[in-house]
Amino acid sequence: MSNLVIVEHDNNEVAAATLHTITAAQQIGGDIDLLVAGQDCQAVAESAAQIVGVATVKVADHAMFAHQLAENLATLIVECAKDYSHVLVAATTFGKNVMPRASALLDMAQISEIVEIKSPDTFVRPIYAGNALATVQSADAIKMITVRIISFDAAAASGGSAAIEAISGGTDTGLSSWVSQAVSSDDRVDLTSAKIVVSGGRGMQNGENFSMLQAVADKLGAAVGASRAAVDSGFVPNEYQVGQTGKVIAPDLYIAVGISGAIQHLAGMKESKVIVAINNDSEAPIFQVADYGLVADLFEAIPELEAAL
Amino acid sequence: MKILVCVKRVLDPQVKARVKADGSGVDLANAKMTMNPFDENALEEALRLREAGSADELIVVSVGGGKTEETLRHGLAMGADRAIYVMTDEVLEPLAIAKVLKSIVDSEAPGLVLAGKQAIDDDSNQTAQMLAALLGWSQSTFISDFKLDGDSATTIREVDAGLETITVKMPAVISVDLRLNEPRYVKLPDVMKAKRKPMDKIELDSLGLDTAQRLTILEVVEPEARAAGVIVNSVAELVDKLRNEAKVIK
Ligand SMILES: Cc1cc2nc3c(=O)[nH]c(=O)nc-3n(C[C@H](O)[C@H](O)[C@H](O)COP(=O)(O)OP(=O)(O)OC[C@H]3O[C@@H](n4cnc5c(N)ncnc54)[C@H](O)[C@@H]3O)c2cc1C
Ligand SMILES: Nc1ncnc2c1ncn2[C@@H]1O[C@H](COP(=O)(O)O)[C@@H](O)[C@H]1O
Repeated sequence: MSNLVIVEHDNNEVAAATLHTITAAQQIGGDIDLLVAGQDCQAVAESAAQIVGVATVKVADHAMFAHQLAENLATLIVECAKDYSHVLVAATTFGKNVMPRASALLDMAQISEIVEIKSPDTFVRPIYAGNALATVQSADAIKMITVRIISFDAAAASGGSAAIEAISGGTDTGLSSWVSQAVSSDDRVDLTSAKIVVSGGRGMQNGENFSMLQAVADKLGAAVGASRAAVDSGFVPNEYQVGQTGKVIAPDLYIAVGISGAIQHLAGMKESKVIVAINNDSEAPIFQVADYGLVADLFEAIPELEAAL
Repeated sequence: MKILVCVKRVLDPQVKARVKADGSGVDLANAKMTMNPFDENALEEALRLREAGSADELIVVSVGGGKTEETLRHGLAMGADRAIYVMTDEVLEPLAIAKVLKSIVDSEAPGLVLAGKQAIDDDSNQTAQMLAALLGWSQSTFISDFKLDGDSATTIREVDAGLETITVKMPAVISVDLRLNEPRYVKLPDVMKAKRKPMDKIELDSLGLDTAQRLTILEVVEPEARAAGVIVNSVAELVDKLRNEAKVIK
């Protein structure tokens, strides 16, 4: 067995999601190499080489990979994949964008968002918004896998000493070009890695009221999340969305405020260790998954909570 | 320009999936089915492009069995001009679906293919990217904005960090997110009109493609339910429990 993990990065830092993916590769067994494709990404290669358990970091440093657009990156993954039994990437928007493209070029199926490894060819993945877990066995020569990061711990980021190998390859397809990225969040706590998340839903009524949640979050060192209804209503930007079609998170503590608990929202947070629901409707389905439920008007409860912390 | 919109028939999103007792899969017998929600957004975008004069023909295509025809009729009622129904009783994986869709693209030569970002049954999120790969076309995924500009298009993608803008060369395969638009409601006269719109029916076998399964489903089970929680009576009680019982805050 030999694993290739595609490194997610911004040409400066290795994304935390990659560390979780490496743990999944460790559970599969065999050697683990990393692929870093980017431009001026030497710093990424150097920190990747320190991750525990990695044999070789392959670095393709070229302008065509500057923004890691799927068309070019997929051609490189295809060239590299042939030497491996498993190719893995985190099931983030980065991984979900490029991995199916590489898989199809290789004529391999992709196994999406695995949450458990039963054996090197058998994996568990959630379907139907997490209401069912499917165990699937792959007959393909190369297992192309995206990994749900909450299901695997992060590998140690330092202590290793992998070899760094510069590689060339890939095709500049010229098919698409990057224009810009708008990141609204300045230095908020990262939603996917936060230990505590305070999320608001339609019950928050507007974007200004989210400052009440932010105040609670600041006291707890927590990140702020949201339901789709809150994002659709323009209260907060899209990257706050938790759920089947947003981010899947599993903090130690998740506080759902003014969120009803639709199937699609639960899909993104029901693996949290402790769930708190604050809602004025005692019948709201969120109470069925909550460890602690408080039936109350959030506009009274949240300021009180902030004061109590 | 001709636009091909890929639509899948799935369990209604309001319905909670129930796993069959024998562990073979999810029970869909008599369940309420609909067009995959994302595919409605894809079709809505195509309709708007036609209304803006950028497209002259809209085709909805679906690969499936059972009552897939109903889903295609819904697409026709929303306003597509015609439908292509690739019939099979097998459940195909995204790679196989992408191969089927490629063969339809090869014969129809659309200038744009629109699909949903993810089918809410298998939550695979693969088909559009795979189709783009097989065609050698550009792709933009999870988009919330689309502007056609001659032989390219500018798209805004919903990514983990925020919003990313990229331009793609046409022809392209685009997968859409829910915030792209608000799909229109279908009115009764449209449903009547849809009955007379053309639908090509193609047997999957007649396409001569390798659609064999690569993955064997060994078992489908329900996830463990969470233990029942408690209702607290005050914020003070909540804070006390979080500090001293759950020990998740200081
Ligand atoms: C294909 C698809 C994908 C989806 N993906 C997602 C997803 O990824 N994430 C997601 O979240 N949703 C998703 N949804 C939407 C989902 O179905 C729900 O519509 C959504 O989660 C509802 O958000 P909400 O709970 O904030 O709003 P609502 O359901 O409107 O609930 C608001 C809640 O606030 C409570 N409330 C109101 N006022 C107060 C007050 N003063 N004090 C206390 N409580 C109050 C109400 O009692 C109610 O329970 C998806 C839907 C579809 C069809
Ligand atoms: N059987 C199918 N027939 C037509 N289009 C499909 C089919 N399966 C998936 N698609 C398209 O591909 C998108 C993503 O599906 P998936 O990759 O299965 O998550 C869907 O939203 C549809 O637009």
